[in-house]
Amino acid sequence: MKERKPAIEGWFTMDPDAPALLGTRCAECGSYFFPAERRYCRNPHCASENFDDVELSRRGTVWSYSTNHYEPPAPYMAPDPFVPYTVAAVELAEERIVVMGQVVGDPRDLSVGSEVELVLDTLFEDDEAEHMVWKWRPLAGVGARGGPATGSAEEVR
Amino acid sequence: MATGSATRDRDIAVLGVGMHPWGKWGRNFVDYGLVAARDALADAGLEWPDIQFVSGADTMRNGYPGYVSGATFAQALGWSGARVASSYAACASGATALSVARAQILAGLCDVALVIGADTTPKGFLAPNAGERGDDPDWLRFRLLGATNPTYFALYARRRMELYGATEADFAAVKVKNARHGLTNPNARYRKEFTQEEVLDSPIVADPLRLFEICATSDGAAAVVVSSTEFAKRHGDASGSPIRVAAVSTVTPQFPNTVIEMPNFSTDSAAGAPAPEHGFRDSIAAAAYEEAGLGPEDLDVAEVYDLSSALELDWYEDIGLCEQGEAEKLLNNGDTTIGGRIPVNPSGGLACFGEAVPAQALAQVCELTWQLRAQAGDRQVENASVGLTINQGLFGHGSSVILTR
Repeated sequence: MKERKPAIEGWFTMDPDAPALLGTRCAECGSYFFPAERRYCRNPHCASENFDDVELSRRGTVWSYSTNHYEPPAPYMAPDPFVPYTVAAVELAEERIVVMGQVVGDPRDLSVGSEVELVLDTLFEDDEAEHMVWKWRPLAGVGARGGPATGSAEEVR
Repeated sequence: MATGSATRDRDIAVLGVGMHPWGKWGRNFVDYGLVAARDALADAGLEWPDIQFVSGADTMRNGYPGYVSGATFAQALGWSGARVASSYAACASGATALSVARAQILAGLCDVALVIGADTTPKGFLAPNAGERGDDPDWLRFRLLGATNPTYFALYARRRMELYGATEADFAAVKVKNARHGLTNPNARYRKEFTQEEVLDSPIVADPLRLFEICATSDGAAAVVVSSTEFAKRHGDASGSPIRVAAVSTVTPQFPNTVIEMPNFSTDSAAGAPAPEHGFRDSIAAAAYEEAGLGPEDLDVAEVYDLSSALELDWYEDIGLCEQGEAEKLLNNGDTTIGGRIPVNPSGGLACFGEAVPAQALAQVCELTWQLRAQAGDRQVENASVGLTINQGLFGHGSSVILTR
């Protein structure tokens, strides 16, 4: 098996079972930042330069989502032939932040407000390694949907 | 409808406007800019050497001349010693260039200025700049997420459907309306009527948005000659009393901005500071209204940035034409169609133009100037005396202009 490498350093943990996004939290005002902010707090009323490294909540609720049917330009590393993929924006309750990510699983399991969980998945593969990225997986899809999916996308939405 | 208001202290006059038609002409952007500039000068009844200040809206896809667009246009028109500035604010560049010219005029540093934006664009999705750029969110969003511009438009569209019950038919109806509006606009690139069925039969790009609902990229140019109201009086305006710029809003968001926006991976966090009263999009309009001393009830016409058909509906709410969740009703009542209560995008909007980034916000100003002068031909909005443009540039650039007569 090829080596698994993060597609970007320092943005998430590589824990295969319970990965987490790596952000920061302002030590003074409590604002969260993802990707991590370590310079000055971006709250205009806070002059802090002190941040704590934090792992963000691994579960959140869907703010919105979309499946992309056209191959995006580089630097996206699209498989050949192109496979449509879904992107979701996910609200984390504690951090009060919305974080985007691709979706693993069936987009028909998504709706605004539905629950998702953070997982690791392959972004692209080259000769050298499997490049990993964070993705959101619908919790409704994990055994919750009875039987095989039969309805059209329109019916489910 | 607002009555013709007295000239406010901080108004400037629009003396002339001009455009080069939108299309995919494949020529150098300077060619287009010159056509628009010369048309605007002729419209103003001025010669190029009369211009004291040139304000260029930059293009990022045409090499160095595009980064110093003000000087590029000044050289092409013939060095005249005019002072110059060049601005980049993504889709808001035209409004930013106009705000620079206005500040020069209002500070008394010049009397009359020429604002120009022009672009030559590649085909397909707007892509980030080349090279491995791991600290540029615009590069990273393509690399790590495949989040194209339509992805972001689609997130807003899907949310409208689930929160407010918007339908794909509503989004298609926006395209149908705008296509009809722009049908005879000589500067529009797409002059073709669409049925709702044709729109709904076009391929899905970023679900729920379809090909005919997403703005293309175009070549094109727009130019505006602006002056102090004193200069306009001395110069004598052909149309009697010139159209006035009553507000230019170039605000940035307020922290925490809780709506996901291009090219970001995340929103600001609202855990350490309360979310502001206005979201970014509605704060852009709010600042323009405040500056002009006007409100949404005063508007007769608006040009909004329909990067997607669904996004036009968001703008209805953000500029205060209706409450949240009511935009579909406004659309389906025909209120935003020419002949309705508050026509939106009489030019045909981006649906008929496609986007020529640095020219687009100025094209909106050109359209409203023609509307307010009653020179808009087949697409004329009756008795229009107050109009608003609105748009938002990548990385937090507000863009809204209010014009009055």
